[in-house]
Amino acid sequence: MDGLLLNAVIYLAAAVIAVPIAKRFGLGSVLGYLIAGVVVGPWGLKLIVDVEAILHFSEFGVVLLLFVIGLELNPRRLWQMRWPILGLGGGQVAGSTLGLTALGILLGWSWPTALAAGLGLSLSSTAIALQPLTERNLLGTPGGRSAFSILLFQDIAVIPMLALLPLLAGTAVADGSGEAGWIGALKAAAAIAIIVFGGRFLTRPLFRMIAGTGLREIFTAVALLLVMGIALLMQLAGLSMALGTFLAGVLLAESEYRHELESDIEPFKGLLLGLFFTAVGMSVDFGLLFSRPGTVLGLVAALLLIKAVVLLAVSRFARLPWSQTALFAFLLAQGGEFAFVLFGSAAGLGVMDADTVALLTVVVALSMATAPLLVVINDRWIEPRFTQIDERPHDVPEDEGNPVIVAGFGRFGQIVARLLYANRIGVTVLDHDPEIIDTLRRFGFKVFYGDATRLDLLEAAGAAKAKVLVIAVDSQEASLALADLAQQHFPQLRIIARARDLPHAVELMNRNIPVIERETFHSALRLGEETLKTLGQPAYAARKKTLTFRQHNEELLKQIHAHWDEDMDKRITLQQQARARLQQNLAADEKAQEEARGLGWD
Amino acid sequence: MADIQAEDKPKILVLFAHPYPHLSRINKAMAGAIHGLPHVTLHDLYEVYPDFHIDVKREQALLASHDVIVMQHPFYWYSCPSLLKEWMDSVLEYGWAYGTGGTALQGKQLVQAVSTGGPGHAYQPDGYNGVTMADLLRPFERSAILCGMTYGKPFLFQGARLKSSDDIAAHAAAYRQWLNDYPHPCLQPGCDQPAVPASDR
Repeated sequence: MDGLLLNAVIYLAAAVIAVPIAKRFGLGSVLGYLIAGVVVGPWGLKLIVDVEAILHFSEFGVVLLLFVIGLELNPRRLWQMRWPILGLGGGQVAGSTLGLTALGILLGWSWPTALAAGLGLSLSSTAIALQPLTERNLLGTPGGRSAFSILLFQDIAVIPMLALLPLLAGTAVADGSGEAGWIGALKAAAAIAIIVFGGRFLTRPLFRMIAGTGLREIFTAVALLLVMGIALLMQLAGLSMALGTFLAGVLLAESEYRHELESDIEPFKGLLLGLFFTAVGMSVDFGLLFSRPGTVLGLVAALLLIKAVVLLAVSRFARLPWSQTALFAFLLAQGGEFAFVLFGSAAGLGVMDADTVALLTVVVALSMATAPLLVVINDRWIEPRFTQIDERPHDVPEDEGNPVIVAGFGRFGQIVARLLYANRIGVTVLDHDPEIIDTLRRFGFKVFYGDATRLDLLEAAGAAKAKVLVIAVDSQEASLALADLAQQHFPQLRIIARARDLPHAVELMNRNIPVIERETFHSALRLGEETLKTLGQPAYAARKKTLTFRQHNEELLKQIHAHWDEDMDKRITLQQQARARLQQNLAADEKAQEEARGLGWD
Repeated sequence: MADIQAEDKPKILVLFAHPYPHLSRINKAMAGAIHGLPHVTLHDLYEVYPDFHIDVKREQALLASHDVIVMQHPFYWYSCPSLLKEWMDSVLEYGWAYGTGGTALQGKQLVQAVSTGGPGHAYQPDGYNGVTMADLLRPFERSAILCGMTYGKPFLFQGARLKSSDDIAAHAAAYRQWLNDYPHPCLQPGCDQPAVPASDR
């Protein structure tokens, strides 16, 4: 008990210290966890020794990760992705296996050993690759989608690979293989059938019943039970746990409980993934690294190189923009957690000897540690270069000489753009949410996919010739970055901006943006006006009062802006004064009207 | 006077235009007095269109389904409140109310129920306004005639700001009676006006 508590304290403390530091230096959270693992692990402070068990336990984080990803993909979208999954995934696994097996044979391994190593090493780490993608909101980009397709294929491919290992072992292995044939296939089919049937027909009534009890923690318990139960079922059937929960996630993606499930599972997923990364950091066998540094580092380099070359070739088939190619290759070049499983199984079957397994495990762990580093290198030095010369065949908006560019086509930008469309004004729309884009294209809107804060994309959208740029993006940082970029490069563009809140409005005012509208202001005023009417005020009087209030509020905003940098007390006084003045003014208006009754016309 | 059966009475649409009816004495009283007349539709323009965005099709349908259009309004700057002018500008469309094919209002009657702050004698050639109400209401009269309508004798309430509550109540009751007693023999002005030749409408 003490041990468990102590271990938990060590993990949490290591994560709490290392992750914010890594983030601070722009290294990403994964690298932070890995470093934390190295520090507390058997080759660092030796605070934790039972790495194997931890690694195994924390692999459950990957299972939860895939469940959450599944929740965001409904079956229709998954079906749309079938060709990328089969084509890109198949290409990557086949190409990498071939290259890596050849490397093994060159190193003098027997061909079954080399093939088993090639198969295991061809797989990438879902957790390590997806974490940066989700962290940067890149899953929707072409590079992100291609990477995800490949990872999904790998999750499926690991099943036949595990089935292949006994064959590689030859006739020598008899135990367990008696069941490996049709019975195994039957079990797998049955498990998947249970998940599909249950996911479609049983979970909804179950969740409805549980949600009806109003017990929040029981809902969380059911969510965890569901995921763990499926994982167990898959394990019993000899399938990948991650694949099973992914499937369950996909089936639940259209249920009304999707968001609740997501937010319930999310913290567990995050912590377990963190634990997993920490465990990978701990499992790097520095002893082997120090005794045979040349071999280990050489193999790591060869592994990364071969996989990166194959990925580059695949990325050409996927027609990825050049700026995303390097990230795509770097994210998937490392070995993955499935390699540990595969090598363990291969060792048990005698396909690999213990030394080879130990060596390859270090190589995989080290390669996993390099992935976040490579991402940092890509961000700092590689992507910026390619961004300039990017061709992006799918993304380049056609410059149609439209006078208006609308950046952001969510709830807000949509209304702006539709008003303009309705009046036959040419609008070039940019958005970075692929789901929105697919839907809107079906409705006949011309929407282009891309990050509007990129200069090349703005240029392609015709920013140099357009008259108006409507900034309607959700993110305040993106909004301000876009405003800066546009003012710097396209001074002729008149910027019209959506402000999320008061501080955002002030930031925009600091940039002298000519038109700024607070996004909730007018609709809230409308509701206020309707309230006045409901209380019995005549419609026109309510309208006038609302407009007077609006005018005062807009003047107040200017004053707040002018005093923004002063202390809070000053601003509060200002607001109080303004409120009193407004009340006086409204009362004076009313009085003037009443007097007009007596003095003027009636 | 015996009530004429409701079905025999012309259908009357009262276009009520007062921006602040709750602050008015006479117009509030008048609008309140005509409730419950089965052949009268009270249409409070400022209540329905506080944004000045008028639903033209709806207004045209209303006009089409009535025989007499009463514009009830205070006399602002020798004219009507701005929303009623906006109503005229947008609803009385070319090709509908006037111009080629604009025959929708033919044969209907336009009449005004106007309250003025100044007393009646001010609206005389020798009064301080120097002109008569008939002169000042001429744009409305001409508009009616251009639309092929007759223009009835205005129902006036003058010197509103000096009137007692009793005067107000009496006038409101008279307004109700006046609407109830429709159709009125068309006396003047406007009924004797020659129609605008079709080629010039």
